[in-house]
Amino acid sequence: MKNGASFLLMIGLLAVSVPVVAHHGNASYGHAKQLTLKGTVTEWDWLSPHTLLKIDVKDDHGVVNWIVEWNAPSSLINFGINKKTFKPGDEVTVFIITPDNGAPVGRIQRVMLANGTWLRG
Amino acid sequence: MLNRFVIPAVVLAASMFSLPARTQNAPRTPFPAPDPNAPPVAQNQEKHVDGWYKEVPVPPKDQKSALAPRHDLSGIWEPAAGWRDGVQFLGAKEYPSDGKPQHELPFTPLGEKTWKSHKPGFGTTEVPIALNNDPFDTCDPIGFPRIELFNLRAIQILQTEKQVLIFYQNDRTFRSIWTDGRGFPPDDISEPRWYGYSIGKWEDDTTFVVETSGLDERTWIDNVGRPHSSDLRVEERFHRVNYDILELTLTIIDPKMYAKPWNALNKFPLRLQPADFDLREMICSPSEQAEFDKQVSRPAIANSKKK
Repeated sequence: MKNGASFLLMIGLLAVSVPVVAHHGNASYGHAKQLTLKGTVTEWDWLSPHTLLKIDVKDDHGVVNWIVEWNAPSSLINFGINKKTFKPGDEVTVFIITPDNGAPVGRIQRVMLANGTWLRG
Repeated sequence: MLNRFVIPAVVLAASMFSLPARTQNAPRTPFPAPDPNAPPVAQNQEKHVDGWYKEVPVPPKDQKSALAPRHDLSGIWEPAAGWRDGVQFLGAKEYPSDGKPQHELPFTPLGEKTWKSHKPGFGTTEVPIALNNDPFDTCDPIGFPRIELFNLRAIQILQTEKQVLIFYQNDRTFRSIWTDGRGFPPDDISEPRWYGYSIGKWEDDTTFVVETSGLDERTWIDNVGRPHSSDLRVEERFHRVNYDILELTLTIIDPKMYAKPWNALNKFPLRLQPADFDLREMICSPSEQAEFDKQVSRPAIANSKKK
């Protein structure tokens, strides 16, 4: 049962990886990999056709500002996400697809707010 | 509680999980393996809203509709099967670029060659966004018929004595369809237009047929780069089935690119929305897209050719 639930969880995550409105897919990130990052919001840009969340992420070598895209505003509003959902200083965890060339960019699959709520868009 | 999250995930997966399997014959970036430490499924719920952030009511499945009015398409319409039903990210609804034999288009040699020269961000021929040549990626006008074959979202139809006007949420644009009996402007002097020249007539009390020509060759037919020539003619059949449902069938007729006409949409259903439904602004901003390219899409493939 536990394995079954894990499998369902896995395909659920894969399913939401396809953007619902964008005109490019996951191939945009070449040989992409998945990554979970915890950091502090520096900017939340409510742009069209791609919203951008910028977060400072600390690692052993210092702080890196990651820029991760999310769906268009016209999609996100249908999931209760708006231009005030994030503000600088917010602690978030993002689950992203990122290219394997090391560039600190990617596409959001899920975001966890400081209160532990995971958001999809 | 488990079902609340897992069942929607499975339903969603059923429709999308098969994407990689459908493209076995095409080179494709491997999808990343699932992360064993992946987070739980999302806890926010989907709630469709209009441009005024007002919730859009979901009609009952057994909705009773009045008869369709005569010669009247006016109103605000959205895809009846849900606001995402007209997204068509894999290309025209009836012919998604998924590698299935039944979805192969009847290309002429020129059509095949032109399609292969297009580098879309989706489908069996997808490439990284920084390498694609989709005219919409620089926010060129989406044009017709792509306006109805990619992100067909809410539309508003107005009728005057001589025109039917369609206002689109996507690209926040409109088309004029002349109903005053005119023909097309002369080929030898008229310039191609992003949205072409459209004339329409009522075939019967509830079916409005539109012919469009004079379309700019720079536009793609759909999101996966299906091409067209300057000879393209598009037929749209708007059939108001009853008061609440309008079906759209869209046929591509372009002998230079396709050996025979094909239906990109076949009775695609749209549902009448309340009169106070606000069409959301949905614009591809060139400056914002340029920032995205600079900050995300180009770094995403930098040095990747060395790998």
